[in-house]
Amino acid sequence: MSTSVIQPTDSIESTTAPLLEIKNLRVVLPILEGDLVAADGVNIQIKPGKTLGLVGESGCGKTMTAQSILQIAPKIAKTSGQILLHYADRPPTDIVALGKNDPELLRIRGGECAMIFQEPMTSFSPVHTIGNQLIEAILLHRTSDKKEAREIAIAMLDKVGIPAPAETLKKYPHHLSGGMRQRAMIAMALSSRPRLLIADEPTTALDVTVQAQVLRLMRDLQRDLGMAILYISHDLGVIARMADEVAVMYMGSIVEHAPVRELFRSVKHPYTKGLMGSAPRIGKKSGEPLATIMGNVPIPINKPTACGFFPRCPVGIAGICDQVVPPLVEVAPGHKSACFRYPQVLAAAGLESGTTNE
Amino acid sequence: MLSYTVRRLGYMIVNLTLISIVCFYIINLPPGSFIETYSTQLDAAGSPASQAQLDYLTARYGLDQPLYVQYWNWIVPLVTQGDFGYSFEWQQPVWTLLADRLWLTIIFSIVSMVFVYAVSIPVALYSATHQYSFGDYSVNLLGVIGLAVPNFLLALLLLVGSAKFFGVTPTGLYSPQYMNAPWSWDKFVDLLIHLPVPVVVVGLAGTAATIRILRSQLLDEFQKQYVITARAKGVPERRLLMKYPFRVALNPIISTAGHLLPEIVSGSTIVAIVLGLPTIGPLLLRSIIAQDTYVAASSLMMLGVLTVVGVVMSDILLTILDPRVRMNRTN
Ligand SMILES: Nc1ncnc2c1ncn2[C@@H]1O[C@H](COP(=O)(O)OP(=O)(O)O)[C@@H](O)[C@H]1O
Ligand SMILES: [Mg+2]
Repeated sequence: MSTSVIQPTDSIESTTAPLLEIKNLRVVLPILEGDLVAADGVNIQIKPGKTLGLVGESGCGKTMTAQSILQIAPKIAKTSGQILLHYADRPPTDIVALGKNDPELLRIRGGECAMIFQEPMTSFSPVHTIGNQLIEAILLHRTSDKKEAREIAIAMLDKVGIPAPAETLKKYPHHLSGGMRQRAMIAMALSSRPRLLIADEPTTALDVTVQAQVLRLMRDLQRDLGMAILYISHDLGVIARMADEVAVMYMGSIVEHAPVRELFRSVKHPYTKGLMGSAPRIGKKSGEPLATIMGNVPIPINKPTACGFFPRCPVGIAGICDQVVPPLVEVAPGHKSACFRYPQVLAAAGLESGTTNE
Repeated sequence: MLSYTVRRLGYMIVNLTLISIVCFYIINLPPGSFIETYSTQLDAAGSPASQAQLDYLTARYGLDQPLYVQYWNWIVPLVTQGDFGYSFEWQQPVWTLLADRLWLTIIFSIVSMVFVYAVSIPVALYSATHQYSFGDYSVNLLGVIGLAVPNFLLALLLLVGSAKFFGVTPTGLYSPQYMNAPWSWDKFVDLLIHLPVPVVVVGLAGTAATIRILRSQLLDEFQKQYVITARAKGVPERRLLMKYPFRVALNPIISTAGHLLPEIVSGSTIVAIVLGLPTIGPLLLRSIIAQDTYVAASSLMMLGVLTVVGVVMSDILLTILDPRVRMNRTN
């Protein structure tokens, strides 16, 4: 890869050392029907203080990838590859290699990397108060002093815009609305001042106005606290508002990766194009049907060695796309794609561009 | 919370009233009465009673009166003076017959319940956290056997087995010398020694059922988002298990605890007969056969009280423990 042509502002591999580096992550779920490959050689980097958007249709493996970072994927999942958490003053930790009771893992979970989830209804234990669960997180990572922990909890609830924070501590999750619960969730995640916040579709279950508020809140908190965010969504519109960089995932693989503006300026993968077509946009005439991607997301069991998108792809090249797995390579400065429509991809797979006759 | 408890106790009284009426009605459903059964017995014994004698008894016990009058005559002294009536067959106040058996039934049931939970909770925790392991499969297999084997059969097997191998039959709840002795420390110790066999026999099915319920409940909870949330924030596994899924999985166990009590009480009747336990069950059976109305009605009533009290206790407990239930019930 020629780094010389990359402009520093738009680059993926900029000079800042990454905070988290996922290398060749493979998550396999051995289920009855066979081996389900939820993540298939994922490579992504998250930079300190920046937001990486991970986008793709539901079922493409976003959650499994994110959960692997904290080793909270389902018990049956077999994870391989490396997930390196970098430090300023010591060598990186490979999270994949940590044992499940390793104190280092418990310190990273909720401490270095915190996570918020899609379902604000079920993310809290229904039989413990918000305060109980929030203070528990603070006692695990911030302080061992109960009184101080309570003060931090109140300050955090206040920070995420929950009215009457002290009273809210005594409330149970079912007393709070979905939006308030998600705010409390964010407060809990950020209470340990994590360096990375993993947000797995945090607004998908909320209605549109609340969604906008929560998105704004997260941006504000990022500006204040400076954490990096891995923002997961199936909605490119939300990703466009939140992310600095975008990784597009399909069937367990990253198929396109670019800085957000570059991505929207010139899409370089037919799948991403399909995603954009299926996103509702303001200005589109109502009644005009949304373009959708043909077919459904296939279940990634016994994946063929081919481009996973080929069966649904409007521009697929028979004889190539259904024979060879396209590698993810740079096709424009700072812009990676895994589509054989680009000669760089063909070259990286050892194929000549001459073979692409339409 | 207080108002809920008061309301619940109010319902309980209504419940018990209805139970007493139904009990009394059902007891009197079979044709004939104690007097007829009694005269048939005398006939069979070869010394038939005269009609005058039978009429006298019928009038004396009020058996010639309509059923609601008989009910009234039974329930009023019961409520106002704690007088359960008189046993035709035993020629004793019912309470004298019932008192000892009632206490034994309560002690026996509570010990059985403690046994059920003391065994099933740790086993279910192990089984659920080691799903699909050898231990888990073994627990499941034993559970199926525990559920499938009728407890009277198990009782018989234990009787035969211990007679054969130890030369003793573990029947009754006391050694003979304590049978009619007044309560003493020694008698109590003797009772404790006799408890395990019947407790295991009676508790086995309940234990197996509770293991199954709690195990699947736990496995369900493990998948829940709030467990993943807790794990994601760095709660160590063991603490996580006890604080979150176990705590939530316990709720249905608590709410069914009230039903386990009557199950033990009624389910133990056959075992009590096989093992010769001096609990209420055998007395009830005997009194129904003899149409000894007041004994039967009072025994049934006692079992009803145990059931209702058990259910109310577990309801109140659940209300204290589960804020969701509390919200629904106290608003
Ligand atoms: N607990 C599980 N058991 C079996 N398969 C699962 C489980 N969780 C997810 N999967 C499968 O793994 C794939 C990736 O799922 P997921 O990471 O949740 O997708 P996304 O978050 O992008 O919607 C899907 O095909 C899904 O069906
Ligand atoms: Mg998901």
